[in-house]
Amino acid sequence: MKVYADNAATTPMSKTAINEMLYHVENTYGNPSSLHAAGQQAAMALLKARQTIAEYLGCEPKEIIFTSGGSEADNQAIISAAKLGERKKKKHIISTAFEHHAVLHTLKRLEKEGFEVTYLDVHENGLISAEQVEKAIRPDTCLVTIMYANNEIGTIQPIGEIGAICKEKKVLFHTDAVQAAGHLHINVREQNIDLMSISAHKFHGPKGVGALYARKGVILTNLIEGGAQERGKRAGTENIPAIMSMAAAFKEACDNIDENAEKVLKMRNRLIDGLSEIPHSILNGDREKRLAGNFSMCFEGIEGESMLLYLDMEGVCASSGSACTSGSLDPSHVLLAIGRPHEIAHGSLRLSLSEYNTDEEIDHILKAVPEVVNRLRNMSPVWRDLKEGRKEYVIQ
Amino acid sequence: MLYSEKVMDHFRNPRNVGIIENADGVGEVGNAKCGDIMKIYLKIEEDVITDVKFETFGCGSAIASSSMATEMIMGKPVSEALTLSNKAVAEALDGLPPVKMHCSVLAEEAVKVAVRDYYDKNGIEYDASLFPNCESCDHCSL
Repeated sequence: MKVYADNAATTPMSKTAINEMLYHVENTYGNPSSLHAAGQQAAMALLKARQTIAEYLGCEPKEIIFTSGGSEADNQAIISAAKLGERKKKKHIISTAFEHHAVLHTLKRLEKEGFEVTYLDVHENGLISAEQVEKAIRPDTCLVTIMYANNEIGTIQPIGEIGAICKEKKVLFHTDAVQAAGHLHINVREQNIDLMSISAHKFHGPKGVGALYARKGVILTNLIEGGAQERGKRAGTENIPAIMSMAAAFKEACDNIDENAEKVLKMRNRLIDGLSEIPHSILNGDREKRLAGNFSMCFEGIEGESMLLYLDMEGVCASSGSACTSGSLDPSHVLLAIGRPHEIAHGSLRLSLSEYNTDEEIDHILKAVPEVVNRLRNMSPVWRDLKEGRKEYVIQ
Repeated sequence: MLYSEKVMDHFRNPRNVGIIENADGVGEVGNAKCGDIMKIYLKIEEDVITDVKFETFGCGSAIASSSMATEMIMGKPVSEALTLSNKAVAEALDGLPPVKMHCSVLAEEAVKVAVRDYYDKNGIEYDASLFPNCESCDHCSL
């Protein structure tokens, strides 16, 4: 049996998104900047996509900038806010230690340019509070950037409360909503969000396309110079088929948010309940305030990559930490941020579900994971030391 | 990162997994914080390795490297096992990704530390500089 349980890395495209993409690949070939009929047809399609996304985010169409994905949107949002702050001699930014690297590495770059960044503690449950943000805001703070939902452990931050504080303190607020968009109800006006990043391939849309919401009045800095596309803020001929497909996928996801979440939550809870029975295992992140599809657990005495490869042999596509960090030897920065010791953080498993998964697939995972954990523990010298009492268990 | 078919074969079906009770030499190298620990058990009769087992906590290439190293020293004289290099282990596996080369280093070192343990237990003299020490591993920043 093949089970795809790595939807936080990327999702399969929906039929709606595929059909929309194919239609526009064939029919909407004009350049939206051209004045002739073919161009104007493309410009109309683009406008429609912008309207759809704006409608579901609760903003104006002109506040949406199409990008190559979540990373570009994160980069542009943060760099723009930093440039605006610098003009007013405000060079302090507030974030957390468990952001996506698209945010963290952009912040590191700004630190080299003289910005100061406060990384808020995300605690063992993977949650920050609005009070923490409020306390950290200083007169020279120009930006608060906090992810909506974490990509590894799925914890959901109190975005509305943080937005209200940022509004009151007149500090720009950016949220990386790549894992949340299409899965949680978002309204940028009600939640006082100034800048937000989304990515199509996390909600059954295509890869290589995303969007940056920038509230009217927040002046963006260009990352790509050239033509006047995207209100002059992002040059390059628009990828019409991908953008149209993203809009269709987003509409479909948002129209079915509650129904999908209910279905996914039931399956996910079966995973948590079933796999918690493996001795010396621990759930990462708050059990309640997390994305419906996210499961993340550490198993003592084994290492994550070998767990993934054995699970792959059983037909289960999973991940350890996030896909983006798999090329590195260090354990997940997210798991270290919630206080897991190195040797425990190495033994993590993330399963991320979508509404395409089935109960039979969950049955298969519930059978495969304990077998793989046992197999690896039986060849682990660490496990033997724990079992025979030469070392103390970290996870009880 | 892509593993060779050889690596995957040794990972899927690791050879010589387990322990040897009352082994003549045992070597454990690595650190759980770095994500890899290898332990090699040797049975030695008249200076020949008559049995070898391993236990590994680590990634796919760590398991494959240990498995391959045990195959390469099985039945060999101790002096020959000491010449096993990490390069030879990696080559026998049809190569390892650059970021995983340290796994083959651990395999070489685990064998050497097990042999040193055998020498120590039997009062056999040896040149200490031929054996690894903790500082020789620099693959993690811990």
